[in-house]
Amino acid sequence: MPLLEVRDLKVRVEDNEILHGLTLTVNPGEVHAIMGPNGSGKSTLSHVIAGKPGYEVTDGQILFRGEDLLEMDPDERAAKGVFLAFQYPVEIPGVATMNFLRTALNAQRKARGESEYSTPDFLKKVREVAKSLNIPQDMLKRGVNVGFSGGEKKRNEILQMALFEPAVCILDEMDSGLDIDALRIAADGVNALRSPDRAMVVITHYQRLLNYIVPDFVHVMSKGRVVKSGGKDLALELEASGYTQFEDAA
Amino acid sequence: MNVVLAKNETGRALSDSFAVARDRLPGGGKVAEARNTAFEAYERVGLPHRRLEEWKYTDLRALMREVPPLAAAPDAAALKQAAAAVKLQAIKGARRLVLVDGVFAPKLSELEGLEKGVTVRTLRDVLETGDAALQTQLFTPDNANPMVALNSAMMTDGVVIEIANGVVLKQPLQVIHAASGATPAAIYTRSLLRLGKDTGATLVESYIAAEGAKAYQSHDSLVVAIGDNSRLDHVRLVEDGRDAFNISSAVITLGAHAHFNTFGMTSGAAVSRYQATITFAGEGSRVETNGVNLLNGRQHADTTLFMDHAVPHCASREVFRAVVDDRGHSVFQGRIIVRPDAQKTDAKMMTRALLLSDDAEADNKPELEIFADDVTCGHGATTGALDESLLFYLRARGLSEKEAQALLIQAFVGEAIESIVNDDLRELAIAAAQRWLEARA
Ligand SMILES: Nc1ncnc2c1ncn2[C@@H]1O[C@H](COP(=O)(O)OP(=O)(O)OP(=O)(O)O)[C@@H](O)[C@H]1O
Ligand SMILES: [Mg+2]
Repeated sequence: MPLLEVRDLKVRVEDNEILHGLTLTVNPGEVHAIMGPNGSGKSTLSHVIAGKPGYEVTDGQILFRGEDLLEMDPDERAAKGVFLAFQYPVEIPGVATMNFLRTALNAQRKARGESEYSTPDFLKKVREVAKSLNIPQDMLKRGVNVGFSGGEKKRNEILQMALFEPAVCILDEMDSGLDIDALRIAADGVNALRSPDRAMVVITHYQRLLNYIVPDFVHVMSKGRVVKSGGKDLALELEASGYTQFEDAA
Repeated sequence: MNVVLAKNETGRALSDSFAVARDRLPGGGKVAEARNTAFEAYERVGLPHRRLEEWKYTDLRALMREVPPLAAAPDAAALKQAAAAVKLQAIKGARRLVLVDGVFAPKLSELEGLEKGVTVRTLRDVLETGDAALQTQLFTPDNANPMVALNSAMMTDGVVIEIANGVVLKQPLQVIHAASGATPAAIYTRSLLRLGKDTGATLVESYIAAEGAKAYQSHDSLVVAIGDNSRLDHVRLVEDGRDAFNISSAVITLGAHAHFNTFGMTSGAAVSRYQATITFAGEGSRVETNGVNLLNGRQHADTTLFMDHAVPHCASREVFRAVVDDRGHSVFQGRIIVRPDAQKTDAKMMTRALLLSDDAEADNKPELEIFADDVTCGHGATTGALDESLLFYLRARGLSEKEAQALLIQAFVGEAIESIVNDDLRELAIAAAQRWLEARA
């Protein structure tokens, strides 16, 4: 059974249709890259999968392991294993990162009927993950993303992904704002999570990321649709020729 | 017997209540006279109503429909009930003074190791056996305010604490007002704290109820005098029963180069009003007041502060935060007066309200009256809902709606709680906020 299936999805925001019938099938173990010009609807798709309010699904379906994802609250989706690394992670002043991470992890575990982490076990786990991503401990003492640089915010997203061990990871432009070293570290973090029963959907504008996280499939989105799908070479082709060739197809 | 008030009889039942109680109230001679004067002052206005500007958001005539009889002295069962509730508020090392149903309860109190230079007496003792100066000071709150006048007339007990010059207390003084709630009752208390010169103290007041307490009314007042070069840290937590009334007043006076840091949080009671008058009587002093209301259901909480800058070179900061859910109603009235002599006054007031439901209400009334020209004064206010994008981020990480709200509310309230200097008291306030959050989850 596919892990994630988006079928002919149509989505409106206010009075504008943004997604016009989008289809995407993601099987366990696969890495999919989604590329496409600004405003083509990539973040919209990721938000609708995560359950962000404000989007109206007028047609189509999203299934997660065959279950109707659109019927679930965002927290239910998270507990089932859907994770979105945001393009623009928000700052949450007054909520300490560690407290947030523990509350979130334990909420997910509780929802799955698993036991909550003890404080020492939790701390050990966070330290390990943070170390592997080169995230200094004092960053974790601050408010969630408060005063983090763009790159630090992105690394904090990957940290959460590693901590929550989701089944489907959607990475919305995780490479934007990362310097070359940070990009490699973050990509290593993502690759470490690749496994036969986990899938990744990597949204990016740049071929460079796909040198690190090598995709099985590349999809081109334009104007709210997937207009072309192919293997990893499609990304190279796009890098050379740009999106203009697809504008008409959309 | 409870007397149910018809609108036009409002206050009559209270008059009867005073007539019945008069002979049981402590203090003869001058004290009895002062009580009569106060009661007459009360009767001229009766229960405050919305046509009185200061009470426009808290119409006690409409809200207070019953006048329960004066609380009886607590019996063994009441003390036992109260003791269980008091435990939740225990602070290690604090000097604890417990009033149960408005009567000092020595068995639940803990004064061991009290520093030299501190005297603690009960209000009853001071009213009955004297010290004319203290008695006079106890009657300083202004009878022009009907609820203060009623309290002056009816006060039965409380604590009177004096700190001698040069004494700095290491441990907090904790006053716990516990209602046993066995039967509906009215409780009238007054306390006094006098800090000499060059002193330091921390006072924490908690208002709590025994489990399953019936509707009761707690009427309290506090008189504080802070001497020159002295510092008082004050924390006030209202966790009264959800059917209770808490009508409290405070009159605080600061000498020169004194510092008053106060934090108040109301998460309990059906209807509460806290009216505080803070007067700068000496130059170079500073006041920080931080307040929080946490309200849901049909809770109504009113904080009315009057900051009187009577002398030059003083600074005041007022920060007030309200979190209101369901049909709760939060009121903040902040009046600042800068008198003609009070040059170089620096007074600021900021209120922020977080409304969690469409029916929640937060009223904010700032009033600045400035009669000096060389001053820095300002006020600001914001009202809004929880930030949707923050809520979504948290929910996308697995937090339920209530859990996500709770984290953001904790953050909002936490900024005010941070103003509490003493670690134990900060924990106490966090625990009180936590109890409110858990009750709504
Ligand atoms: N809340 C909204 N209200 C109105 N229009 C919106 C809203 N959110 C998105 N849109 C529009 O939907 C379209 C798709 O936006 P989306 O953010 O999904 O694009 P994207 O492919 O992620 O672009 P980028 O590469 O720049 O991140 C854009 O035209 C955008 O303006
Ligand atoms: Mg985007």
